[in-house]
Amino acid sequence: MSQSDMTMGTHPAVLERSSPFAIPTKKLAMWLFIIADAATFAGCLVAYGFLRNGSPNWPTPFKFSPTVLNAMLMTFILITSSLTMLLGVRSAKMGDKRAAVRWIMVTAAGGLIFALLHIREWFGLIHEGVGLSHNPWGDPLFGAGFFSITGLHLLHVTAGAVALVIVGARYGGGGLDADDVEITGLYWHFVDLVWMFVVPFVYLLNVAK
Amino acid sequence: MGPTKLQRGRAADYSGSLAKVLIIYGCIVLLAALQFIVAYQHLGGRATFLRMFLIAIVEAGLAVTFFMHMGSEDRKFAYSVAILVIFVLAVMQFGWTDSFRMERGVPGSTYSSGPTQ
Repeated sequence: MSQSDMTMGTHPAVLERSSPFAIPTKKLAMWLFIIADAATFAGCLVAYGFLRNGSPNWPTPFKFSPTVLNAMLMTFILITSSLTMLLGVRSAKMGDKRAAVRWIMVTAAGGLIFALLHIREWFGLIHEGVGLSHNPWGDPLFGAGFFSITGLHLLHVTAGAVALVIVGARYGGGGLDADDVEITGLYWHFVDLVWMFVVPFVYLLNVAK
Repeated sequence: MGPTKLQRGRAADYSGSLAKVLIIYGCIVLLAALQFIVAYQHLGGRATFLRMFLIAIVEAGLAVTFFMHMGSEDRKFAYSVAILVIFVLAVMQFGWTDSFRMERGVPGSTYSSGPTQ
């Protein structure tokens, strides 16, 4: 086929090029966003590591109860919500709309429970005297590092839970399709993936000896 | 007539068995539990960090490959994402020399020398 045939629209189907990497455009956009967001979180965690490593009196205040127990529960809830999201996407791909909406809403509920546990933990730390520029234990940047990283993650979880409710409702109403559910699922798995790094670096490296 | 498969792009395969999904989920939960165990082994800062980091990498690999279905996407795409992400993470590590300098208290540093926690 000549170049002129293509430009003259002789074979319209051929003019449609396959999307880059044989991946739908919306999914590619979500992956690009995930890569950028991963770089953001990595930057925050690496900067946190620089501060912690450079400080001679970085506090290690997290006791098993309630902090580490709470972190265990939050981790379990988030990993399980990733599973329920995957089950929702599978159901959507197989055309089972009711099951898909159910799993999506369960996932959103998991995210909201995670957020509530996290906020409760924050209030506990604030009550103990931890702030952005002060704490009763050591280096004043401990609070800033903790609240900024966990706060950024909490923001992602909350926004993700809201997005899941909206996507689930619109999918159930026929306004979105299974591909949209899959793309939202990618975001939710990413949020879980970030938590897998936040827990060891921010919580577990600072457990009380 | 809707777009062709070529036009839509190949979709990731979600038709695998449920048992496989549950096994991967179990592995991720166990790896997360392992991180908590490592935290209480009191091995020392560097050894603890390295073990937790390796466990987190394996967890992330399982999540990306099976939960996010990168394993069933186009290979060129998967390699492009992996290379880009690893490159960005690698170039972020420029500041470790400065943080070690602050820790050891060379002249001009505002921190006193001493071991890391």
